Amino acid sequence: MIIALLSDVHGNIEALNACLKHAAENGAERYAFLGDLVGYGANPDEVVAAVARCADLGAIAVKGNHDEAIEKRAAYMNDATKESIEWTRGVLTAKCRAFLSALPMLVRDGAMCFVHASAASPARWDYVDTPEAARRSVEAAQTTYTFSGHVHDQMLYFEGAQGKWSAFKPTPGSPVPIRGHRRWLALVGSVGQPRDGQPAAAYTLFDPAREQIAFQRLAYDHIAAAEKIRQAGLPEAHAYRVEKGV
Amino acid sequence: MLDPIAPGAVVDGYRVGERIHTGAQSQIFRVSEPVREFPIIMKVPRIGPQEPDENLISFETEALILPALSGPHVPRFVAAGDLSRVPYLVAEWVGGESLESMLRRGTFSPAEVTRIGAAIADAVHDLHLQDAIHLDLKPDNIIVKPDGAVVLIDFGLAHHERYPDLLAEEKRFAAGSAPYVSPEQVLGTRSDPRSDIFALGVVLYEMATGRLPFGTPRTMAGLRDRLWLDPVPPRVRAPEVSRWLQEIILRCLEPGADDRYQSAAHLAFDLRSPEHVSLTGRGHKARQAGLLGQMRRWWRARGMQLQANAKPRSRAAEAAPVIMVAVDTTHPDDARQPALQRATARVLSLSADFRLICVSVIGGGPGAGGTGDGASGAHLDHLVLLRHWVEPLRLSPRRLSLHVIESPRPEGALLEFARRNNVDLILIGAPSPTQHALAWWRSVASGVTAKAHCSVYAVRIPEPERGSERDDDFT
Repeated sequence: MIIALLSDVHGNIEALNACLKHAAENGAERYAFLGDLVGYGANPDEVVAAVARCADLGAIAVKGNHDEAIEKRAAYMNDATKESIEWTRGVLTAKCRAFLSALPMLVRDGAMCFVHASAASPARWDYVDTPEAARRSVEAAQTTYTFSGHVHDQMLYFEGAQGKWSAFKPTPGSPVPIRGHRRWLALVGSVGQPRDGQPAAAYTLFDPAREQIAFQRLAYDHIAAAEKIRQAGLPEAHAYRVEKGV
Repeated sequence: MLDPIAPGAVVDGYRVGERIHTGAQSQIFRVSEPVREFPIIMKVPRIGPQEPDENLISFETEALILPALSGPHVPRFVAAGDLSRVPYLVAEWVGGESLESMLRRGTFSPAEVTRIGAAIADAVHDLHLQDAIHLDLKPDNIIVKPDGAVVLIDFGLAHHERYPDLLAEEKRFAAGSAPYVSPEQVLGTRSDPRSDIFALGVVLYEMATGRLPFGTPRTMAGLRDRLWLDPVPPRVRAPEVSRWLQEIILRCLEPGADDRYQSAAHLAFDLRSPEHVSLTGRGHKARQAGLLGQMRRWWRARGMQLQANAKPRSRAAEAAPVIMVAVDTTHPDDARQPALQRATARVLSLSADFRLICVSVIGGGPGAGGTGDGASGAHLDHLVLLRHWVEPLRLSPRRLSLHVIESPRPEGALLEFARRNNVDLILIGAPSPTQHALAWWRSVASGVTAKAHCSVYAVRIPEPERGSERDDDFT
């Protein structure tokens, strides 16, 4: 059963809809949302409602730092980010706020672990951006496959024979076999706010039966999504990021 | 681990036959199955508590990369057994003789070195075009088929751009085979296709001289010698080797990857077109560098450690394209010519390391002049016209070659020439529909565009809209 892994949607309903449609067309039957459904984007309520519907049908969803910031002030965030969190808190319905508040920090399912940041300390929101950080997260997860977001880029970390970890930058659309006798950590990319210079939405498909992962990039109407951020009166930086993918 | 795979056993539907190879890392059996139109073999890694880890990793690497490869220069992948259950790999059995076994009969004549060498370079180029690097090229892994084509085998140390490199951290053994491994591999870089060019240079050297340019070092320090050691020029060991062949071999063996051929296609081209090889000091070299020269090379090599890691690059083929421009020298004054020149200049400006092949086909169309006889005067005339055509581009002779082909079928001749020389892009002037006098060339251009194995840039002069005007006054 193919699993679609979606992270860092950040209130971008255009990007989320494009990814969900693409995933369904490509055989996805399960969904896992790896946190940060809200923040930055103009449609947090629509995004949370859509994910809540998926969760009702069995989708996995874990909490991200932006989701947490809705109910718990985050001193570490910069002013523009705080501004968008304040705004988001105002537009979210009570039902959506309750959904975010109830999200677990980490979910294990058989050989898989789903967590927004590092499984080593999920609530500290440490970035998994080095092979060593990947190793620490996987040691804590104690699963063959660990799937995370938080870092908005797509990356595949894997364990070598001597226990040394390596990083691999995947080519979107090109499936990679990830056999279960090693341990792997995949950063699935950001649906709603990619930062690698390309505005295309990012998500990932994992096929556990074939032990194969396929990172995806998808064109969607990012200009419209950016424009909505401006219309909502949110900081220009957030609109610019979505528009340029930076 | 138990050994379930032995002659007579049936594994996942494959009947195991005779064992045809026993190596340190794996065993190979002939196998059969009811429906299979080509002969197949089963490769079984030696895995177990007594066996080194690298057997498993290199098996895993081959099982990852071989299924992603295709074409005439690699064995066809059939199936892979589950690594956690019965690891094996089933692939096409390639008929032919390994270069290793051919070498045991003695050295090759220079003509054989260039013929077989060009076929190996074709195979390596094809692999590079598929985003893969072999990284363990050596005579055992090169199979020469009865028709002269080459198939590369054993991808246990290979690297593929689109897959994780499982060997990246396994530095102890991932360096490849001691006599053939490139300097940058010795330093730990596994993503440079030009490493294969170096290994191929060692193979060419061995074929031509019967000796190995850097011996068979057994220590890391010995391996590092190739970072600076100036090999004995092939002509010292085998005087029948021509200067141009020595030039080619020594260029492959340059310690700095930037100084080698940047693409196996360029190497294949030079091996097939000795008249276009421009000689440098390498070709004329009559002895190994002296003490002072070797010291200079050694000093330079000290900086290589950083350099090798600074510029990993695959996709050499894209960075160093072979570009062919088809010039209609039978109409030297046609308005297409300057347009084609401008288009060529634009295309060349996009890559730092291109090879330009200018071709004119004569003997076909009306007014072609030539009659098809070998070294006709027409042939020379057209060579002069071709040289005149390309002169404004001011290209180094190292990047350029001119060819006049006499053929009654220009379309077929151009296509065949492009394929044989691994051309990446063909530029051709396409007469517009209103150039009636050039209708015949128009059909050549459209035929080439339709049937080429590679990209084609059809250059046409834009025409103003003509409304109801007569449309044949342009001619």
